[in-house]
Amino acid sequence: MQLTINGKSRNFEAVTLSVENLVASLNLEGKRLAIECNGEIVPRSQFSVKQLAEGDQLEIVGAVGGG
Amino acid sequence: MSDLLKIAGKTYQSRLLVGTGKYQDFSQTRAAIDASGAEIITVAIRRTNIGQTAGEPSLLDFLPPEEFTYLPNTAGCYSADDAVRTLRLARELLDGHKLVKLEVLGDPDTLYPNMIETIAAAKVLVKDGFDVMVYCSDDPIIAKQLEEIGCCAVMPLASLIGSGMGILNPWNLQIIIANANIPVLVDAGVGTASDAAIAMELGCQGVLMNTAIAAARDPVLMAGAMKKAVEAGREAYLAGRMPKKLYSASPSSPTTGLIK
Repeated sequence: MQLTINGKSRNFEAVTLSVENLVASLNLEGKRLAIECNGEIVPRSQFSVKQLAEGDQLEIVGAVGGG
Repeated sequence: MSDLLKIAGKTYQSRLLVGTGKYQDFSQTRAAIDASGAEIITVAIRRTNIGQTAGEPSLLDFLPPEEFTYLPNTAGCYSADDAVRTLRLARELLDGHKLVKLEVLGDPDTLYPNMIETIAAAKVLVKDGFDVMVYCSDDPIIAKQLEEIGCCAVMPLASLIGSGMGILNPWNLQIIIANANIPVLVDAGVGTASDAAIAMELGCQGVLMNTAIAAARDPVLMAGAMKKAVEAGREAYLAGRMPKKLYSASPSSPTTGLIK
């Protein structure tokens, strides 16, 4: 499955992939982050339910230093 | 003395709000923020590094959200849509947190705010239930409009972001403060402690700064100086300064009992 994550194309071997699976495969488990899929926020409570599809555009963001 | 800063129904002891950017490392960030006494700290929302080391420390490890009130910002946004989108992500990131700093920039060189886009974003965010502290130009009419939209605080610039030029138009700030029914905080442009004190003496409810502390030769020392300046300026404002006059025929020492 091909996904675009934070502007970069990535391929995953899995045929089905939930947001939770994606977070785990990117070693981001336990990190405080927010995820948008195709411009829509995926609430944390939906991570295990939300299934990703070929070509989905994802934004994964966190808090960084800023003024 | 119970002189508390009240923003969106919550009270704070400290009237100094600080940013968390531009420090050498996270431990310096933490030390400076501790020295500043700030309770409200701004953070930016950015793409997470993918494929980086899993154990890499993050800002949140050094500044736990349980200890501080996070103020996610929209730094780097040049349109109302981008700003709204960023703050919706911030709300999700911070478990439904509503207090945000809205800033929509108009120009990458000066970082001057685009107030037309800012107003458009403020309307959407207020309707969406956010408590919006809004970075703005020092235009009294715009500031009033932002209040009428329902923003919980207006934050006019003292001078351009990161310039350290201090308060360039105290007269406009005074008009904004006099007309406002919500807190007015100076955001951006403070360079050193006296600038923060002047902002508070003018009647600002608080000051927000980042570069003035982070870009000082000794950021932790400067953070302490800013804390004192904000407190001193606030007390001077509450005390009510003596009127200015060109000269005084009223010396401080007795005019009688002089030796002959």
